[in-house]
Amino acid sequence: MAKTAPEASHQRRNFFYLFFILLIIWLALTSSFHWQEFSVGILLSLILSLILSKNYLKLGLPPISLKRIAFSIAFTIVLFIEIVKANLDVAYRVIHPKMPIKPGIVVIKTTLKQDIAKMILANSITLTPGTFTLDILGDTLLIHWINVQSENMDEATKIIGERFEKYLRVIFS
Amino acid sequence: MSQTIAVVFLAIMAIGIFLCLLRMLRGPTAPDRAVAVDTMTTTVVALLVLLGFVFKRYVYLDVALVYSLLAFVGLVAIARFLERGI
Amino acid sequence: MDVFGVAITGVGIIFLFLGNFGVLRLPDVYNRIQAGTKCTTLGAFLTIVGVGIMEPAWLWKALLIALFVLVTNPISSHAIARASRKSGVSLCDRSVVDKTKDFEEFREKT
Repeated sequence: MAKTAPEASHQRRNFFYLFFILLIIWLALTSSFHWQEFSVGILLSLILSLILSKNYLKLGLPPISLKRIAFSIAFTIVLFIEIVKANLDVAYRVIHPKMPIKPGIVVIKTTLKQDIAKMILANSITLTPGTFTLDILGDTLLIHWINVQSENMDEATKIIGERFEKYLRVIFS
Repeated sequence: MSQTIAVVFLAIMAIGIFLCLLRMLRGPTAPDRAVAVDTMTTTVVALLVLLGFVFKRYVYLDVALVYSLLAFVGLVAIARFLERGI
Repeated sequence: MDVFGVAITGVGIIFLFLGNFGVLRLPDVYNRIQAGTKCTTLGAFLTIVGVGIMEPAWLWKALLIALFVLVTNPISSHAIARASRKSGVSLCDRSVVDKTKDFEEFREKT
């Protein structure tokens, strides 16, 4: 079967991503830069990424660029700050003798298209203050909220999803 | 890290694991018990890494890595099982 | 450097303990998942990275374990939450809103 040009470039991109991720995992596992270990690592990652790179086409990984790297770093910093805030929030709710919780389940919408972007968004929502992804269907997310501030879908989308979506939209555009 | 601090840290983690065990025994539904096991495995991974540091054994890190991997696969399998409602 | 590592490990262990305590204390399964995911993820991450800082030769492997915990913990909790919703565990009495019906209607339509 003949491949079109964008598909072939997409597969090549996936191959390089997979190769570098596997090589980094190998280096972290062996923790040595001796040339023998290093060459075995390169060989293994080459074989594995040749076999497996077809399987990740559906994820829709974007091409690499300077802007995307900058936004990824900003996204990581924002995510880490949110994780720390989430932990302090949950710790306060657990320790407080009256347990100030107001739980509920709400629905929000997302504008992201790729599967990998939706997965990152759902996992980020799980790790941030008081919210937790229960289910995804198309562009709709079912969220459990430990302290419901708004039952309206648009407002809830603005409060929960917007702080990550503005970064993810640029990274996966 | 001195001996006392290590003992205090390990004791706090042991009490935490005991609390999870209590929830696992009491939990009214099956998902409650699964959540308790999930929390417990994460705590045990951290405990293994800390124990490896206290005993100065590098092997404990490999044990922690494999344990976290197996716990993840096992929990996803339990979740699939509960979802089908068998 | 050693003091710094001990401090990070200590903070992580406090968060781990709070997570375990929350699993015991909170009223229903969804709230327990909230405490059990957030607190243990950051707690385990900080504990393992703290050990890596105290023993620099272990840092890379410790970072790998920490990243693995950070990636897989939300996924396994999400799987359990989905399973508990499908197997019909109801929310606790203090809940204020439940939009699950809207979501199910949306599923019927597509």
